[in-house]
Amino acid sequence: MIQFLLNDELKSEDNLDPNTTVLKYLREQLGKTGTKEGCASGDCGACTVVLGELHDGGMRYKSINSCLTFVSGLNGKQLITVEDLKQAGELHPAQQAMVDCHGSQCGFCTPGFVMSMFALGKNVAAKDAAEPNKHDIHEALAGNLCRCTGYRPIEDAAASMAQQPDQFDRHQARTIQRLQNIASQQAEHKTELQGAGRTAFNPRSLSELATLLDTHPEAKLLAGGTDLALEVTQFHRDIDTLIYIGEVTELQRISQTDEYLELGAGASLSDCYAHLTAEYPDFGALLQRFASLQIRNQGTLGGNIGNASPIGDSPPALIALNAQVVLRKGDQTRTLPLEEYFLSYKVTVQQPGEFIEKVLVPRAQNNQTFRSYKISKRLDDDISAVLGCFNLTVENGVITQARVAFGGMAAIPMRARLCEQVLEGAEWNKHSINLAKAALAEDFQPISDFRASKEYRLLTAANMLTRLFVELESPAVETRVTAYV
Amino acid sequence: MSNHHQPTLTQEQLLQQAKQDLTTGVGRSVKHESAAKQVTGEAVYIDDRLEFPNQLHVYARLSDVAHARITKIDVSPCYDIPGVSIAITAADVPGQLDIGPVLPGDPLLAQDTIEFYGQPLLAVGACDLETARKAAMAAIVEYETLDAVLSVEDALDKEFYVSEPHQHKRGDSESALASAKHRLKGAVHIGGQEHFYLETQVSSVIPTEDGGMIVYTSTQNPTEVQKLVAEVLGVSFNKVQIDMRRMGGGFGGKETQAAGPACIAAVIASLTRRPAKMRLPRMEDMLMTGKRHPFFNRYQVGYDDDGRIQGYEMELAGNCGYSPDLSNSIVDRAMFHSDNGYYLGDATITGYRCKTHTASNTAYRGFGGPQGLIMPEIVLDEIARNLGKDPLEIRKLNLYGNEGRNVTHYYQTVEDNQLPEMLAELETSSDYQQRRKEIREYNASSPILKKGLALTPVKFGISFTATFLNQAGALIHIYTDGSIHLNHGGTEMGQGLNTKVAQIVAEEFQVDFDSIHISATNTDKVPNTSPTAASSGADLNGKAAQNAAQTIKQRLIEFAARHYDVTEEDVCFKNNLVQIRDTLVPFAEFIQLAYFHQVSLSSTGFYRTPKIFYDRDQARGRPFYYFAYGAACSEVIIDTLTGEYKILRADILHDVGASLNPAIDIGQVEGAYVQGAGWLTTEELVWNEQGRLMTSGPASYKIPAIADAPVDFRVKLVENRKNQEDTVFHSKAVGEPPFMLGISVFCAIKDAIASLADYRCSPKLDAPATPERVLWAVQAMQNQHPTSQTEATTAAPAASEHEYES
Repeated sequence: MIQFLLNDELKSEDNLDPNTTVLKYLREQLGKTGTKEGCASGDCGACTVVLGELHDGGMRYKSINSCLTFVSGLNGKQLITVEDLKQAGELHPAQQAMVDCHGSQCGFCTPGFVMSMFALGKNVAAKDAAEPNKHDIHEALAGNLCRCTGYRPIEDAAASMAQQPDQFDRHQARTIQRLQNIASQQAEHKTELQGAGRTAFNPRSLSELATLLDTHPEAKLLAGGTDLALEVTQFHRDIDTLIYIGEVTELQRISQTDEYLELGAGASLSDCYAHLTAEYPDFGALLQRFASLQIRNQGTLGGNIGNASPIGDSPPALIALNAQVVLRKGDQTRTLPLEEYFLSYKVTVQQPGEFIEKVLVPRAQNNQTFRSYKISKRLDDDISAVLGCFNLTVENGVITQARVAFGGMAAIPMRARLCEQVLEGAEWNKHSINLAKAALAEDFQPISDFRASKEYRLLTAANMLTRLFVELESPAVETRVTAYV
Repeated sequence: MSNHHQPTLTQEQLLQQAKQDLTTGVGRSVKHESAAKQVTGEAVYIDDRLEFPNQLHVYARLSDVAHARITKIDVSPCYDIPGVSIAITAADVPGQLDIGPVLPGDPLLAQDTIEFYGQPLLAVGACDLETARKAAMAAIVEYETLDAVLSVEDALDKEFYVSEPHQHKRGDSESALASAKHRLKGAVHIGGQEHFYLETQVSSVIPTEDGGMIVYTSTQNPTEVQKLVAEVLGVSFNKVQIDMRRMGGGFGGKETQAAGPACIAAVIASLTRRPAKMRLPRMEDMLMTGKRHPFFNRYQVGYDDDGRIQGYEMELAGNCGYSPDLSNSIVDRAMFHSDNGYYLGDATITGYRCKTHTASNTAYRGFGGPQGLIMPEIVLDEIARNLGKDPLEIRKLNLYGNEGRNVTHYYQTVEDNQLPEMLAELETSSDYQQRRKEIREYNASSPILKKGLALTPVKFGISFTATFLNQAGALIHIYTDGSIHLNHGGTEMGQGLNTKVAQIVAEEFQVDFDSIHISATNTDKVPNTSPTAASSGADLNGKAAQNAAQTIKQRLIEFAARHYDVTEEDVCFKNNLVQIRDTLVPFAEFIQLAYFHQVSLSSTGFYRTPKIFYDRDQARGRPFYYFAYGAACSEVIIDTLTGEYKILRADILHDVGASLNPAIDIGQVEGAYVQGAGWLTTEELVWNEQGRLMTSGPASYKIPAIADAPVDFRVKLVENRKNQEDTVFHSKAVGEPPFMLGISVFCAIKDAIASLADYRCSPKLDAPATPERVLWAVQAMQNQHPTSQTEATTAAPAASEHEYES
């Protein structure tokens, strides 16, 4: 049985198909049709809802795509939908601002925008900021598509919505109490959800997880579900056994030693953001263009690695940084460089019953430069055509260390070894850069698809070295269109 | 009869009220009538309707081949899946199979031949959508593959058309070209566009006791859905009722394409006597329904030393897909707009309607206009580069002018040309010349990023070119509490039509907007309606509603004159009051009085557009009642290492005549500009060699997101300039014209690329200008200009259609 708050109503579900998405649950089981299906693939944001969860003794709120979230992910949380914002006949400030600014036309995307704005308001308040700036607004709304307005009035609405306490703030103490009650009741027994002959387990500890995976080697690990849910909604496959890892607190832990940033495999990309940005600002810049905020709020670093896509955005950066991955099976762990994790298209070294426990990212060194360049058709919320990451150390005009990794250039995220060889030990000058560019053409034989031709992939990959050189040599030169906000 | 307690106001108070203007009438920025319901999720779309316990969900199995002869369809395995009620093929359709809107060619389900990848072959009704899908996939379909025509060039070579070519001709363009001092020729591909309405196609139907159907559907064209549902069922039109409250976006995509799901659901409901719903999942919607027509356009232009066009030959080839649908009118509109706002001299415009084995392309905002209208902009840029002049100078030189330069190539006189004034105003307000200078300086000092600037006009003809469609109806009831119920033939898809029409009625009766209720567009209320298309919604339906209001108002005035023994001139309506000489009566009270005196408080209204005519055989006439104008100045920045770009600033000046609702009109202008920019930049449709659309979802097909809107976005409506024609309150249509303001983005990108060769060469760039295409154009420009910075260059790939990465 799973338990959660549907706004302020305690819901207990013990017979529900675990392959049910929150969107389907809301619309078809509960008849709450305010939340819309625009694509059922996490790309349009019309289905955005907000999850409230206990965090550091308080509440925090995050926008998510309900079409990509399986119901097990609701356990122990508060689910807030667009129907819940209006209070005693009065529109919520996020809603009122949309009306006042003429932010809705056809209205189909509107509930999703309202929920993203609601979450934005909560997060601005959490930062003690007076109002969101343009960057905050774009970050919050880049995952919501509107086909009617051209966005200007929506942006105005987000900027002008009144920042004032709402019913969720007023009832917060009680909400916290009720969520804690759910947690303490559940602590006494195992949590699982069954329905339609399928099962989802919600383990709460690493050992519980390891045991479950041993018993059910066929089970699919469910973290954010932002990729896995597509199996159900887009590819129409049934998943009979799910193990939801979102309640294994050890997997969400982020810590650091002198040597490493240790990122739990279950930590959301949003939670990783501040830590990675502090070490490597360009990693942060990359994460800002990684899918959408809704996806980053749910999606995990471990998931982005584990699904082994050749066009996932974090692996090239992590490989360039020589990150290690810690795999666990039962109580055995092994640590290996991330680049050795990927074997071939969607195939990894991971054994049945084994799972990713954490990722170790080396701390930034003096003289070290890390740059990442993402190329996509649309700047925000798009899958990379090519992603290149460069980790260099230049000392006294000589490149003493170079690790270069790419996504979108091969069947797996991969290092550009010939390029690295050219660079390492070479003088830091244009000639070396040109040799490295030529080497890239030997490193990779990319394919052509609807995102880009192989020629474009090769040329833009090589051009990244030009950009890298200019950025390091002439910092005053503008090199990124994304700097214009 | 109302029993509401109305506070009694003194005559003095009423006098004060009468002195004030109505605050929610015409010209006010009244909020969208559904806004408060949309932000709370209370606004009901078709899929939100409460379901019936016995309702079926419908899924259509789509073909996985572009062209084939069907040898077998066996639906018996579908019935092995629990929960399946029915599986149908073409043979099960009780009435007419073809649902072509104008000409036949669109079978509801494929009969003998498959003509595109994604064509519906059979449909299943089951207890839920997933069951219906599983069952549909279980059917056995066998076919023999046939050769497919997938490109417009191939179709042109084979003269493979959905209908015959057509020509507009003025003067002798051949001689004009031969004698011109300068000539240029070229060819360009202009991409199509997926509508990407946020709400996919959906219909929910309920069989009636008379063998008819009640149809709730998301359509721009209720009357046509009524006709087609009746025809596929084989019943008379009066047995079918269409109810359409609101669409979650239309953009032309629900003008003809809504009929298929409605008809399939109706056939299943009719055969099973159960309610049925067909909602397309996003991918099925994108595979199955038509899009904006891709065009392949070839041109030859002659011009003089100043850059003035003397001879102009344009061959516009629209990729119509597998059937005619609306393609005749769409290619015609491309031809009508191949002048944009310019006098072309001697001109020959030829339009081809190419058939390919792809989904049947259809109406999309601008209706072919954009694909024609972009051509002179491409040509004038090229002339300017060849002559070493600023493109804006060449644009201004070629605008329609006075006598002798004011007749289009289809012989309509441009009577109220606002473009010279508007371009001058925008040139000043956008600070064009100064920014042009600054951009040149920036580009000289920026090795990687380059900026571009372009100011382009739009002139767009308003009226359906199928003249008979320019008609509309409305229905108004006033109840005895003074509240008003309004219906009209138009449909609300977000554009604010209901809001505008209600404002018009509010203005006529001088009552508050809130006292008017518009319910769903319904074929029972207003019959024989035209589609809400061609930007005509408010023009036509606003006038029809005004006509209905005026009919009732005249009865009320006659009654008041009689009752109070005054002349009709002594009666006037003002701010929720009726003034009868010196007496002021609240509107509701006056309505009660009229009711007690047996005055009819209900009326229909009707409107037909005057003045327009067109002889297609002669390619001559006045197809358009008037023109709407606009101009946009866009500044972009491009990355010469990747081809990526961003719109930095857009200044727009747009003409809506006397605005009915400035906030709604600005919303249309902004939304259209961004959608137009999307069409020409990131929105790329890619088919593979088998004719399958590879960009069949938002993960692969990229419409603009929030950060793609201009960083600095300045939109202004032309002020104090009424429509010179007698349109409703002298307003102008606004839905489509501003879409083409997005062309300024395409031209600005080309301007940035041209900077790489000191603006002396014209970049060759097909649309959409994806980052990849921009990069190849950058490379080509750098090759033409050896002093530019990047040394290594790579040749662009020959083919633009790629393999799929799974």
